[in-house]
Amino acid sequence: MKPAEFYQRDRSWHPPALTPPYKTSVARSPRYAPISLENTPSEITGPRFGHSDIDPLDNDLLRNYAQAGESPIGERIIVHGRVLDENARPVPNTLVEVWQANAGGRYRHKKDTYLAPIDPNFGGCGRTLTDAEGYYYFRTVKPGAYPWRNGINDWRPAHIHASVFGSGFAQRLITQLYFEGDPLIARCPIVQTVPDPAAIDMLTAKLDMNATIPLDTIAYRFDIVLRGRRSTLFENKLEGN
Amino acid sequence: MSNDPKYLKETPSQTAGPYVHIGLAPGAAGFDIYREELGWDIAGPNAAGARIHVEGVVIDGTGAPVKDVLLEAWQANAQGVYAHPESAGEVEEGFRGWGRVITDFATGEWGFDTVKPGPTPGRHGQMQAPHINLWIVARGINLGLNTRLYFDDEDNTADPVLNTIEWEHRRATLIAKRTGSTYRFDIRLQGAGETVFFDI
Ligand SMILES: [Fe+3]
Repeated sequence: MKPAEFYQRDRSWHPPALTPPYKTSVARSPRYAPISLENTPSEITGPRFGHSDIDPLDNDLLRNYAQAGESPIGERIIVHGRVLDENARPVPNTLVEVWQANAGGRYRHKKDTYLAPIDPNFGGCGRTLTDAEGYYYFRTVKPGAYPWRNGINDWRPAHIHASVFGSGFAQRLITQLYFEGDPLIARCPIVQTVPDPAAIDMLTAKLDMNATIPLDTIAYRFDIVLRGRRSTLFENKLEGN
Repeated sequence: MSNDPKYLKETPSQTAGPYVHIGLAPGAAGFDIYREELGWDIAGPNAAGARIHVEGVVIDGTGAPVKDVLLEAWQANAQGVYAHPESAGEVEEGFRGWGRVITDFATGEWGFDTVKPGPTPGRHGQMQAPHINLWIVARGINLGLNTRLYFDDEDNTADPVLNTIEWEHRRATLIAKRTGSTYRFDIRLQGAGETVFFDI
């Protein structure tokens, strides 16, 4: 890939920093506008990962924490898709990391005290590298909805957290994947930090019957789009061009 | 341009939430699952240059430490080379230049060991003063925050990025303070002395 800079991020498409219905954002949102920084090599480069960094089982949440012969409780699902950039080109060999609650909506985290039980056979995290076409997949169980302290009666829709790198540090992204048809999506103050319904639709994984394994595992499709690069080399770019 | 059908829109960001450790630092969440967690060794054993420790705390708008924050660091080596094919030059075997750090859950303090980066090329042949790029995510942060850490024992006066900050007094929020081999870098999300964040 050429050392070209990234397209400007469309900040009106992302959630703003201050979103009062999501209460924690109020004291954690910068009040000043971020200062625009034209990309330098510090932003267009970024960490790279290889198959020596991870294990083949790391993307299989049905097995990566289960005891021998055991399996986590819950709907068995495949989550798969491609990592692309804004030019619709695949982003190959990039690290995708996920984490989620178990089927009861409980996280394996020392700070989570929700009533639902820990599943002894479910860790709740996975990681994988995209292939040459930007394709990735995970096997897991569908996470449960869970309550959280925001409003008195706020519930998170079923979701999987996802972290993606891309080829430059300016592409670094963390997001959440929701499931098509979940009535909690429209009620969630965190989902609703995203201003445009079309953007929320991008976060909603679609049922994918063609990728479903009959009598075994149901599939959802989730493509991820990272920032695209200009085709010109910035060192050659004329000032004001 | 964004309406041109040949372009896609970027996937919108969502907060990393309070349980980011499960995915990115599961040991801190309280369980052991991976052969090796990523990002704990930034420089590797062979890196040249001064071995330093960087530490700080992220402070919210009420003045309280943010105890569930996760930071990632991206830096050049002592020769100013990034471990990336688009950076001219070589890095030492084992030098990745990327790290991931979480806070102490009780105090909000974070810290990492690395080597001090060298000056690195910027745009149009200008040199940038040594710096570490930081990316900050946490519950309540809807889109990861980008900032830069500079060093108070370097000459930062000609740095083209610091000099784009119109408010000269705000540039000081990006300068880490040295004590011995430790550099202190507190990050203020909001309020008096709010750290400069960049739209990169
Ligand atoms: Fe969550």
